[in-house]
Amino acid sequence: MKEKIYLYTGFERFWHWTQAMLITGLLVTGFEIHGTVDLMDFGTAVKYHEMLAWGLTGLTVFAIFWHFTTGEWKQYRPTLEKMGDMVCYYTGGLFRGAPPPVKKTPEKKLNPLQRITYFILKVLLFPFQLLSGFLYMYYNSLPAWGIDISLETLGLLHTAGAFAFLAFMVVHVYLSTTGETVTSHLRAMITGWESVETGRQ
Amino acid sequence: MVCHDTTGTYKKFPAGCGHPAYEEKKMGKKVFIPVDLRNVARHVGRTSRKTCGTCHFYGGGGDGVKHGDLDSSLLTADKNLDVHMDAGGLNFGCTRCHTTMAHRIAGRFYSSPSTDRYRLALPDDDGSRIACESCHSRRPHRTNRKLNDHTDRIACETCHIPALARVNPTKMWWDWSKAGRFDENGRMIVKKDDKGRIIYHTKKGEMRWATNVMPEYEWFNGVITHVLLSDRIDDSRPVRLTQIHGSCSDPASRIYPFKKFRGKQPYDPVNKTMVVPRLFGKKGTGAYWAEFDWLKSVKAGMDAAGAPFSGKVGFVETEYLRPVAHMVAPGKDALSCDECHVEKGRLEKLRGFYMPGRDRNRVLDTTGWAVVGIALMGILIHGLMRIITRSEGRRRK
Ligand code: HEC
Ligand code: HEC
Ligand code: HEC
Ligand code: HEC
Ligand code: HEC
Repeated sequence: MKEKIYLYTGFERFWHWTQAMLITGLLVTGFEIHGTVDLMDFGTAVKYHEMLAWGLTGLTVFAIFWHFTTGEWKQYRPTLEKMGDMVCYYTGGLFRGAPPPVKKTPEKKLNPLQRITYFILKVLLFPFQLLSGFLYMYYNSLPAWGIDISLETLGLLHTAGAFAFLAFMVVHVYLSTTGETVTSHLRAMITGWESVETGRQ
Repeated sequence: MVCHDTTGTYKKFPAGCGHPAYEEKKMGKKVFIPVDLRNVARHVGRTSRKTCGTCHFYGGGGDGVKHGDLDSSLLTADKNLDVHMDAGGLNFGCTRCHTTMAHRIAGRFYSSPSTDRYRLALPDDDGSRIACESCHSRRPHRTNRKLNDHTDRIACETCHIPALARVNPTKMWWDWSKAGRFDENGRMIVKKDDKGRIIYHTKKGEMRWATNVMPEYEWFNGVITHVLLSDRIDDSRPVRLTQIHGSCSDPASRIYPFKKFRGKQPYDPVNKTMVVPRLFGKKGTGAYWAEFDWLKSVKAGMDAAGAPFSGKVGFVETEYLRPVAHMVAPGKDALSCDECHVEKGRLEKLRGFYMPGRDRNRVLDTTGWAVVGIALMGILIHGLMRIITRSEGRRRK
């Protein structure tokens, strides 16, 4: 049996896609600054990187506000329940066409693996990258603020964070194809509606 | 007089120790008629680029020899050559920047620390130095905040003087070891290039000239020391006659542009010192320009200087770095970010600091790409397995 449920609100979809664009832009301009890719000149890359960084910060502040006022932050509370089942599913059940062990509902949109991943992303990686980024941006003012950290260290930390984001995005984009059909997760993120299995076979 | 003469008739006699010709004198084929000092005195006026340039444009024996940023092209500079001395624009005289107090001209490099601590170089508050910051402040850029973040480590001149000698050529190489050659008739050889610059002279040796010279860059805290006659030199590599002090770990140092003047000079290969040759004089004095014998010339020079000399003369390659502060190009021609923030950029030789775009940590980069690579491999294998198992599943059905 299949059922269509409304999973993602307008704000969440807006948030997700804006964030996706901002982070992609930050990765491209960031690796341009790093000297890995050569798509534009250094100055342009720095300018857009700073603009995108401010954009992402604004969006994140908004999103935090939204999550706390709606209580949606609870979605990200990590849980061990069915964690093992999920691992088994991705390494076995999925290939056999078995249904996912955790049913998506608007109250519980995220499976335990997603929860722990997004939790780490939001509680560790985001603050880490924003903080190291802003210290980098205001590098010249750091001595006046009594912060003693070298540009090299900041560059290193911020680059490490960027690699983590990139690795996350690679896996994240791939896992979006593991829904009911290859595009059903993607479609849900666009329309808000996802068709899910009801009841277990 | 030479600074304040507005008639243009005040000329010094080259061998007159600073005096003009008081009676008619000959120097080679040139005749120096006595200067009408009374007339000059009646026409003293303010100094100008022309009067200061009488000496400073021709330092080293000719136009643009010594400096790559001070030559006669500044007399009629346009804005592209020098935004300040642009004859059709700001038209600064030298003293607009080199302000004077009782004939003490502001601006000395030799012994003062760089002006880092001061926004305005007020007279005597830092010796008497002038700087771009005296007029423009440390944060002159209105549109690009990041540029202002650079001024603590990079001198204004570094970004704003992209090339030296942008109109007239400047001398870059002077090889004294080639001096002293004569043609088959025993006459002195003088060779000129198509622009009329001397490239060989029996008296002086071989020279090379260049236009649009990219400066050299060094960390510099304002202190320059010179190799003295008493200093031992290392003749196994080019001798740096000026030592530029400063380093990136010294917060008072900034990256400055320099003209690097290279050449070959006589030295004492036994005592390992530089030497002073005697160039000018009559036959019998040892003067090189009369006898063309380096041994005699160096002996005469070192005796006059009271310095020890072993009796042997060799030639050593030398470098002379000279800070650059003129020929400020318009803002649009300033260095773009990519001239520095790339591998093999202008600052390639300067190390010990982290510059985004040029420097990176190999271990981190390798690890980072490895992680991303593993993630990609992982999804590729997972995806393939999905495709295979799905088609198998369909077949079974
Ligand atoms: C826009 C301002 C400005 C103008 C105009 C200017 N200078 Fe300078 N000059 C400087 C600065 C800045 C320095 C570096 C001084 C320092 O750091 O102590 C300097 C340095 C010098 C030096 C020392 C260079 C060396 O290699 O040791 C000389 C000589 C000099 N100027 C001569 C002149 C003459 C002659 C003129 C006129 C043709 C002139 N300057 C016009 C700003 C100016
Ligand atoms: C008669 C030739 C002559 C004239 C004219 C002349 N200077 Fe000089 N100037 C010199 C010499 C020689 C030195 C080098 C002094 C030294 O090395 O200590 C010098 C040094 C300087 C320096 C200091 C350079 C340094 O490296 O610290 C400045 C600045 C300077 N002159 C500016 C001017 C200005 C401005 C004028 C015009 C008002 C002018 N000079 C006119 C011969 C001249
Ligand atoms: C005596 C004061 C003075 C000093 C010293 C001085 N400047 Fe200027 N500078 C000016 C003035 C005045 C202008 C014209 C400003 C305008 O047009 O708004 C100017 C204009 C400029 C411009 C803009 C040119 C453009 O694109 O229109 C640059 C770049 C510049 N200066 C760089 C320098 C640098 C580099 C130094 C040091 C070598 C320096 N200045 C020293 C007074 C000074
Ligand atoms: C890292 C390189 C860099 C350094 C260091 C630097 N500038 Fe600039 N500067 C530039 C560039 C590039 C421009 C052209 C800016 C533009 O077109 O937006 C510029 C423009 C200017 C202008 C024109 C006004 C403007 O806002 O466009 C002035 C004046 C100026 N610089 C003065 C200075 C002075 C004085 C210093 C030293 C305190 C300095 N600059 C140091 C790169 C630099
Ligand atoms: C003359 C060479 C040079 C040019 C031109 C230059 N930079 Fe830099 N830049 C440096 C150096 C050197 C450092 C390291 C400074 C330090 O350690 O404080 C640096 C550091 C930086 C940093 C990191 C430190 C900070 O203050 O944020 C950024 C970002 C940056 N530059 C951006 C730019 C941009 C954008 C431009 C062009 C508008 C530019 N740079 C032009 C030499 C240059």
